[in-house]
Amino acid sequence: MDYSQFLYMPQELGLLVVFLLVFLFDTFAPKRSQSALPVLTAVLFGIFTVCNYFMLMRGTAFEGMFENTAATFVMKSILNVGVLIVIIQSIKWSNSEAMAIRRGEFYELLLLTVFGMYLMISARHFLLFVIGLETASLPLAALVAFHKKRYESHEAAAKYMFTAVFSSAVFLMGLSFVYGLFGSLYFSDIAYQVMNNTSAMLVVALAFVIAGIGFKLSLVPFHLWTADVYQGAPTPVTSYLSVISKGAAAFAFMVVMVQVFGAAYSKVWEWMLYAIIILTITLGNLFAIRQRNIKRFLAFSSISQAGYIMLGVIGGNELGLASLMFYVLVYIFSNLAAFGVAFAIEQQSGKVSIDDYNGLYKTNPWLSFTMMLAMFSLAGIPPFAGFFSKFFIFTSALECGEMSNYILVLIALINTIISLYYYLLVVKAMFISPDDCSIARFRSSCGERVAMIVCVFGIILTGIVSCIYTFLVEAAQDGTTMFGLLN
Amino acid sequence: MELSYTVAVLIIPVFMFLFLGIVGVKLSKKTAGILGTLAMGVTTVIAYAAAFTYFFGTEQGQVIDGVRQQLTVLDLTWLEFTKNLVIKIGVLLDPISAMMLIVISTVSFMVHIYSLGYMDGERGFQRYYAFLSLFTFSMLGLVLATNIFQMYIFWELVGVSSYLLIGFYYTLPAAVSASKKAFIVTRFADLGFLVGILILSFYTDTFDFISLTSDPQAAISTAGGATFLGCSVMTWALTLIFMGGAGKSAMFPLHIWLPDAMEGPTPVSALIHAATMVVAGVYLVARLFPIYAVDVTALEIITVVGAFTALYAAAVACVQSDIKRVLAFSTISQIAFMITSLGVASPELHHGVGYMASMFHLFTHAMFKALLFLCAGAIIHAVHSNEMSAMGGLRKYMPICHIAFLIGCLAIAGIPPFAGFFSKDEILVAAYAKSPIWGVWLSVVAGMTAFYMFRLYYKIFWWNNPDYGHHTPHEAPMTMTFPLIFLGLVSIVAGFIPFGEFVTSNREVYEIHLDWTVAGTSIAIAVVGIALATVMYRKENNLPEQLANRFRGLWTAAYHRFYMDELYQFITHKIIFARISKPIAWFDRRIIDGTMDLLANVTNSASFAVRRMQSGSVQTYVWFYLVGAVAVAVITIICLI
Repeated sequence: MDYSQFLYMPQELGLLVVFLLVFLFDTFAPKRSQSALPVLTAVLFGIFTVCNYFMLMRGTAFEGMFENTAATFVMKSILNVGVLIVIIQSIKWSNSEAMAIRRGEFYELLLLTVFGMYLMISARHFLLFVIGLETASLPLAALVAFHKKRYESHEAAAKYMFTAVFSSAVFLMGLSFVYGLFGSLYFSDIAYQVMNNTSAMLVVALAFVIAGIGFKLSLVPFHLWTADVYQGAPTPVTSYLSVISKGAAAFAFMVVMVQVFGAAYSKVWEWMLYAIIILTITLGNLFAIRQRNIKRFLAFSSISQAGYIMLGVIGGNELGLASLMFYVLVYIFSNLAAFGVAFAIEQQSGKVSIDDYNGLYKTNPWLSFTMMLAMFSLAGIPPFAGFFSKFFIFTSALECGEMSNYILVLIALINTIISLYYYLLVVKAMFISPDDCSIARFRSSCGERVAMIVCVFGIILTGIVSCIYTFLVEAAQDGTTMFGLLN
Repeated sequence: MELSYTVAVLIIPVFMFLFLGIVGVKLSKKTAGILGTLAMGVTTVIAYAAAFTYFFGTEQGQVIDGVRQQLTVLDLTWLEFTKNLVIKIGVLLDPISAMMLIVISTVSFMVHIYSLGYMDGERGFQRYYAFLSLFTFSMLGLVLATNIFQMYIFWELVGVSSYLLIGFYYTLPAAVSASKKAFIVTRFADLGFLVGILILSFYTDTFDFISLTSDPQAAISTAGGATFLGCSVMTWALTLIFMGGAGKSAMFPLHIWLPDAMEGPTPVSALIHAATMVVAGVYLVARLFPIYAVDVTALEIITVVGAFTALYAAAVACVQSDIKRVLAFSTISQIAFMITSLGVASPELHHGVGYMASMFHLFTHAMFKALLFLCAGAIIHAVHSNEMSAMGGLRKYMPICHIAFLIGCLAIAGIPPFAGFFSKDEILVAAYAKSPIWGVWLSVVAGMTAFYMFRLYYKIFWWNNPDYGHHTPHEAPMTMTFPLIFLGLVSIVAGFIPFGEFVTSNREVYEIHLDWTVAGTSIAIAVVGIALATVMYRKENNLPEQLANRFRGLWTAAYHRFYMDELYQFITHKIIFARISKPIAWFDRRIIDGTMDLLANVTNSASFAVRRMQSGSVQTYVWFYLVGAVAVAVITIICLI
């Protein structure tokens, strides 16, 4: 075996180095300096995220099972930004009394799931893809259960575990159908054969594959676990699940569906995707309207956001990919800002109901301001980044100019109005409800503040600084053979 | 380019917004207010300089063959979406944007000065000035936009700042719900706008106003013969774009937010809901007018919507008792005049006089309506109430305000030589030229305008003398009366501006001729309206009440604004919330959670030890999951067959 192949995976190796350093520190550092672990992780990962910028390496390894392109590089870098924010956010929390003894595990498991996501994105063979998928899913179950003494946390973990395992089973079944049909698990092999095959078997296989990844993306009807798990899990884990895990799944979905099954798009899974997108956006929205628990509320809102992300797949070209990446980037900032505020408040006062946010502006103006920006961005109000991401993804879906796409985008647009209503409910509670706020004035921890400031800058600047999008478009066009088979 | 300093009118307000927003609380109220006002003063000077240089400048290339050129004085590429579709940010100067520069900066400056007195002592005074700067910035950005995308962004920013300003008294529930209503209704309309933009840019491959309007025939024909539901795609695009304009300009049936928006501070109503933001829809149609002029269907829709709204709002205004609401409905009605005027304009009729008339009326209306609102503010300030019943006989206590209000009323009623007469007359000329039906229609509305404005005037300043007790109303401070005097003077002389020399549909000079048949009729109608109001409302009497009793049904319907709000309420609350959201939430809570609970309970009694792990919910989840996956497959197979 040619060991130099490993050089084609610089980001994975870098991540492993960070992981090993954290692990070694956790194991061997003296007890009194243990509390420096979260900061150390943040610093190491920060350095890694910055260095990442120089790690672009194109090529394939392991007989074509693994491929790095500019697009995969950018996807991983986007995930890194989100992971870094989550790590910074949770510094104080992981040093709290109840958590202190297990903080090492928290960060190690977190980094391992990132490794799994990297594999999902770069895999060009379904075996490697499944390994990535499992590595990205199973440690999360442990993370969801991290509140050792809280019953909800355990229940959520159990639910997550069972649904994850079940969805893996369904996914693997779909894969076995695929193998039966095409006799290979290489993406490229399958892609060439898909064109001449539209048997019912392929439909079933595709439905199962979509269900498998749809679980991670919490697409309707594979979303039922979401609200319970989001509510039960510790908030940093929830934000990780809703943003990073979902973003990675979206990237993987785009790669797998377009690159492998692209040729069958118009024949087989176009309508499947339409139905799923419409259901996801609409149901997510309608459920979100009546939620009073902030975490459940964000859970349903993130379900409908996943539907918007899927619009990028409809475009199925470089523009679609770029819009999808941009959407995930903006979504990372907006949703992490929202979760950051919810987390800071939960830490301080234990309040999780939107009703408790009444009049928050009077006691905590900056938190309210951050939350308002996050809500505006999620609702897609210009000039915040959320508007641009929605605009790009809608335009990319319209690019091919089919009437069915127009109708789809129109439904999505109507849904943005519905979503505006419930996002404004939160803003209204904070700024204009008359009650005296039950949450006293407090100062959030340093880490939380840094994370929120990063998010606020992200929300305001990502949309306006246009070179980010241009950069993503270039990355999407760079050397990908991914779109050759579609259309 | 010489005029590139125009960009300063955007930079100064946005800088003031950031400055007052960030360090405003550290400054004293007075300093913050004066700083904001001074900055606005500088902005106004620059805006005037730019507009005058544009209109009277002699530089090469400004006027070619008698046609004023559209000058792009700043042009930055912001984003290359695809090779053809490039989004730019820039500053476009042409007759209408230069005119809007004057309107916005004048009214905004006056409102800044006025607010020094009006908002004195309010909590959040600094915040108020920050929001005013933000609004001015967005509004100027909107009118100076070089492309429809830039316009859309500023359009939404205007919406956001209007939301913030209406909800300024955030402790009042009414203000809060009004701001939310305004935001959601206009956002809903903007949905149409956005879809329209997407369709338009998809077919024409450009966002740019100049390339869209320089060859409208080509732009229209790019869509080929593509049709959708019986209309051409371009008609759809233009109608949808107009929907956005109708939302901002409060055209029926999207007008419901404007009367409620009066909950905001009165100077804000004067600035946003009388002079600037609400005419954005008119401006949008005027901006794209060359394209609309080619598409007859879209233009007809605009005419009908405008004409209907004009009558509807005038009818409602005749019976309202809250003075700001009367003014709000009068604004709706007057804007509908402008919209109708654009609708009936076509290049063949008198060189597109409708277009010129619409812009002219926009200009004069901004001045006298801002004047009326600021007077209303002074009156409310003096008697601490919005209701007409709390007023009466105020002419003795507030002479300056009285005269200014009278000037405003005469101007809006269309009595020469006040400004409204000249512009309204041109609109009527255009309407009669198109079809006598629209002419007569608008003449009737003009008569109603004179009637309800003078009803308002007499009820406030004459009628009876209520007992004011200790709080004898008195004239407002100098900061508040100065804007009244200034705007009053403008309302007297603005009509004599030879507007046709500056703003016309083909940007060539057009000489205005007063058509004395039309002018005579409209003066006669206005006088009749005023006389009727004089008879009914000059002195306290029970004639109005008798009439109201005689026509009880009509009067009640008009008083309740023909139940439009109730209709919306019914649709959103009874149908959307109750019939759709609630059942789904119920489904979530009862059926899904309930099933889980049931299963959990069954398992619970069966096995105590493992009850948590075996809680039925996961089984149900998995069951749904599998059913979902299979359903997706089965449905697809059925579709394929």
